[in-house]
Amino acid sequence: MESTTQLPISLNPNHGSWLRYLSFSLDHKVVGIQYMVTGFLFYLVGGVLAGMIRTELATPISDYLSREIYNEVLTMHGTIMIFLWIVPVVNGAFGNYLIPFYVGARDMAFPRLNAVAFWMIPPAGLLLIASFFIGGASQSGWTAYPPLSLRTPALGQLIWIFSVLLLGGSSILGGINFIVTILKLRRPGLKMMQLPMYCWAMLGTSILVVLSTPVLAGTLVMLAFDIVAHTGFFNPAIGGNAVVYQHLFWFYSHPAVYIMVLPAFGLVSEILPVHARKPLFGYTTMVYSILAIVFLGLIVWAHHMFTSGTPPWMRLFFTIATSFIAVPTGIKFFNWLATLWGGKIALNSAMLFACAFIVNFVLGGITGVALAQVPFDIHVHDTYFVVAHFHYIVYGGTVFIIFSSIYHWYPKFTGRMLNEPLGILHFVLTFVGFNLCFGPQHWLGMNGMPRRVSEYDPQFTLMNQISSVGALLMALSTLPFLINVIHSAWRGRLAGDNPWRALTPEWLTSSPPPVENWAGAAPHVEHPYGYGIVETTP
Amino acid sequence: MNWLKTLTLRASVITFLVSVGLILVGLVVGQRVEMLPVQASVNAPVYDELFRVLFSIATILFLGICGLLVYSLVRFRRPAGDLGDGAAIEDNLPLEIVWTAIPAVVVLFVGLYSYNIYERMGGMAPLADHSVMHAMPASDPGSGDRVWGGISTVSGESAELTVDVTALQFAFIFHYPIGNITTGELHVPEGERVELRMKANDVIHAFWVPQFRIKQDIIPGQPTVLTFTANRPGTYPIICAELCGPYHGGMRTSVVVHDRGAFDQWLTKNTPPVV
Repeated sequence: MESTTQLPISLNPNHGSWLRYLSFSLDHKVVGIQYMVTGFLFYLVGGVLAGMIRTELATPISDYLSREIYNEVLTMHGTIMIFLWIVPVVNGAFGNYLIPFYVGARDMAFPRLNAVAFWMIPPAGLLLIASFFIGGASQSGWTAYPPLSLRTPALGQLIWIFSVLLLGGSSILGGINFIVTILKLRRPGLKMMQLPMYCWAMLGTSILVVLSTPVLAGTLVMLAFDIVAHTGFFNPAIGGNAVVYQHLFWFYSHPAVYIMVLPAFGLVSEILPVHARKPLFGYTTMVYSILAIVFLGLIVWAHHMFTSGTPPWMRLFFTIATSFIAVPTGIKFFNWLATLWGGKIALNSAMLFACAFIVNFVLGGITGVALAQVPFDIHVHDTYFVVAHFHYIVYGGTVFIIFSSIYHWYPKFTGRMLNEPLGILHFVLTFVGFNLCFGPQHWLGMNGMPRRVSEYDPQFTLMNQISSVGALLMALSTLPFLINVIHSAWRGRLAGDNPWRALTPEWLTSSPPPVENWAGAAPHVEHPYGYGIVETTP
Repeated sequence: MNWLKTLTLRASVITFLVSVGLILVGLVVGQRVEMLPVQASVNAPVYDELFRVLFSIATILFLGICGLLVYSLVRFRRPAGDLGDGAAIEDNLPLEIVWTAIPAVVVLFVGLYSYNIYERMGGMAPLADHSVMHAMPASDPGSGDRVWGGISTVSGESAELTVDVTALQFAFIFHYPIGNITTGELHVPEGERVELRMKANDVIHAFWVPQFRIKQDIIPGQPTVLTFTANRPGTYPIICAELCGPYHGGMRTSVVVHDRGAFDQWLTKNTPPVV
């Protein structure tokens, strides 16, 4: 059925005032921007907390924050960065903005559910931040392991649980919406294997969200009962078991890594072909490797528990399963390199961030395979080596791709280009700062510095100070970025509808797009990566 | 098409030479890298052997992938004003099979090799051994019959020294049944197998000695046995590696490795007189 229906629409892309971004909007593009701006504001809060951690660690003694506050800060830093910045932006922001375009729809399957999912985030985030000021925030780390989380001040812990439950609920609603939109709302005639790769990444991610987040929710409800009603699920003092919590927690929180990383894999698969003027290499193997990562991602959680009491056979199984994730991930990296090979590469800000993502993520992936090996992990588990590893994955990987995506899609969002020299300055500061900050932490962990401490052996001072200088550069790098996005919104060079001459469907309409996405029927895009195959209009 | 053949041949030779060069660099770097603290236990050299192999593989992969990336960015940079597209290559099945197979083989090798290392460290030894169970203090409530094991050195032999370890916010307490000594600092003899019988009463802690390359969580309700053999006299840090509260960063003490004579002296000196 061809959708030839003429809609009574407002084609004015500037329809409505800026106030619509503060409203319960049903427009997927508005919701996407809402996610992005909200996420970025929380990123700034999380960044300030990271700065406090690095300030404390600039000296070996605990002298800047009180010890309780330090633990509150590290708990909030992790929680905010994961649940309020990376997950909402890489899923909610780009997912809501792009998926309806990619499937040829005018909106998400459930626009009201979509708005509800977004509006659960600001109260959850504000509540979390407010807990600092009402009796103190949670002090037990973002992992909230009992019995520690049962013994730290209860109010902060309960607010943390309630807030994470809200954010998890929002994530589940979003996940259901993405699955239904991708499976049921495709333009007639559009086959699954013609979808842009980000759709597959979001389908895989949403399956993980829907399967694993409810387990976290159940676990946190049990933890709340242990605190409030003194039930003994996880309290060994009254017959509970603390390790069961770890199993349940990581059953969600390991897939959560893929919830943060798979969408980035999808986004980079959209960005590289456009700026290299080449088809995405190995589409089919890319799709199957996403599905393989989803499956394997669900059966590797206990590699976080190699030093807890796990039986030997379990350690062996989880080592092998975890190592094998390197195979589908490796396929994706080789395919991206092959996409660049023989292309005509424009080395702009979007591309620089995307290529730096490859460098950072390869390093994070290699340390990941090493950490999967039980004997290796036993020495470096719970040390700064692990801190370095996961920042190379979630910052060097996903956050670099979030920035790359903003440079790539900003003209779509606003109709204006970002300033390139400022973008390159942003990139250089971020890349140098990031590697200075987290590179030395590998060495620190291997040589005896545990994570989550506010004081350390003075022999580690120099490396920690290098790391803190890197953090300072990362903080400074947000300035050119902020100036750029704010200034360019009004004064940026006009972009035209398709400044990159891209082939994916979101570019085949005006920039910014009308409320209904296309004036007429949605275009039928058979070759979203058909560079050199399909005619591109300059 | 002669030039094409020459070109492919040249490309193959270059690829081969670059790969061999990378592997050599990786092996040399892996053998020479010094990133870990001194080796002070029987475990440590075994651990470092694994580390060197992993470091070699990591060097090869990292340099290979980054080299390819940087080369592509330079070689295939778009000339200014060029609006054309690159070569429309969408896939290449043989190539994709190769780069699925290579990581699979590498990962399989790493997995089997680290299993072998783990076995040499004694990690796969049966742990809930009866003598250990009966040796645990009977007054320990809620422990059940199961004793959890951490990684251990050579299996089979029984330990020459047993120490009871209690971890609490924010200290380790060591009790020597042999001389009825209680101390905040661990003293062990060089070259002898030490068995730590560990328990925690408040929150989870972890026992870590970087120079021994061992770490084990100590979880309330879950008595845990950890064995090691120290083989280098000296003083090394014992570090709590699991967030255990505000003073977690300060939960550190030392393990002193003595030669046999000095350890006996320490034992005699510190044994309280029998009243």
